[in-house]
Amino acid sequence: MKKTSVKLLAAGLALLLSSTTQAADYVIDTKGAHAFIQFHIKHLGYSWLVGRFNSFEGEFSYDEANPDAAQVTVSIDIASVDSNHAERDKHLRDDEFLDAEKFPQARFVSTSYRELGNGKGELQGELTLHGVTRPLSIAVTAIGAGDDPWGGYRRGFEGRTSFALADFGIKRNLGPASKEVHLWLGIEGIRKK
Amino acid sequence: MNWKNNPDSYGLIHIAMHWGMAMIIAVLLPLGLWMTGLDYYDPWYKKGPDLHRAVGVLLGLVLLARIAWRLCGPLPASLARSRWEALAAHAAHLLLYLLPLLLIVTGYLISTADGRAVDVFGWFEVPATLQGIDGQEDIAGDVHFFLAMFLLVIIALHMGAALRHHFILKDDTLRRMCKSDK
Repeated sequence: MKKTSVKLLAAGLALLLSSTTQAADYVIDTKGAHAFIQFHIKHLGYSWLVGRFNSFEGEFSYDEANPDAAQVTVSIDIASVDSNHAERDKHLRDDEFLDAEKFPQARFVSTSYRELGNGKGELQGELTLHGVTRPLSIAVTAIGAGDDPWGGYRRGFEGRTSFALADFGIKRNLGPASKEVHLWLGIEGIRKK
Repeated sequence: MNWKNNPDSYGLIHIAMHWGMAMIIAVLLPLGLWMTGLDYYDPWYKKGPDLHRAVGVLLGLVLLARIAWRLCGPLPASLARSRWEALAAHAAHLLLYLLPLLLIVTGYLISTADGRAVDVFGWFEVPATLQGIDGQEDIAGDVHFFLAMFLLVIIALHMGAALRHHFILKDDTLRRMCKSDK
């Protein structure tokens, strides 16, 4: 009996210790627009068309001592799609593409993270887009972290991924070169106090 | 031959603007419905909307001239047989000015929501004015579609009434919009 209570005490202490060195939580700085969700897709196979989602929010946790425990959650306001052309954005929002009325939000929730060394990592998660949820892998590069000039602490990453529009039920034919959309993510988080 | 309207008949200018607008609207309504369903690789995917926008601007010019013309001159006497008919005809006529006007404005607000100008066959451009309102192109688009459907209904009533006057009541309603007497 004594042994188990000692064990419990040790476990409790370990838990306490681990919670003090727990991963820091960060709020993605969408308020100050230091985060970007950009997409690009080939136009006819001749060039890149670039756009972004202007409105989204999210959080992540990251601990340098235990990077594989990192987690990310982001939700994106689909109606905020912006390809620098109002008529095209209207078309992208309607039911032939993103159907923003029926599926106003896209969401990415990470399931695991693997540090690959050299500041590289692989983030696995589930993306819900256009009402379809599918696993998605994002290639991550750590850009930097440190104090900012205004009393906060920031950490930033870059992410790249791509997927076929049809995988998420977006069936509109844009031509053989334009089946895949590529995402470029520039994410900066401010550590929670 | 009469350029101006008089109490008995429409003048040539009024008749020309009436049928000119009728033909333009007969192009714009089906074009608008058809072009929005085209495949990306259809040759008309780009040509259709370009034509729709340009012809829409031309309709606006004709409509403004027509409103000015109507405000300046008299109309021939109504051939309605009852107070109810006269009122219904008058309401439909007002809507046939108002709905195209609002259609042109909302269409313009879609295309210029991001500050781009509307190009008219490369002849001239209509610059953006109201722009950057949150959801402008979506709201203007929904209203534009609703107005188009409304206009379609009013046109059907207008045509039905004209044919009724011509074939059933056998009066000059349709004839006097086709020919200027005296």
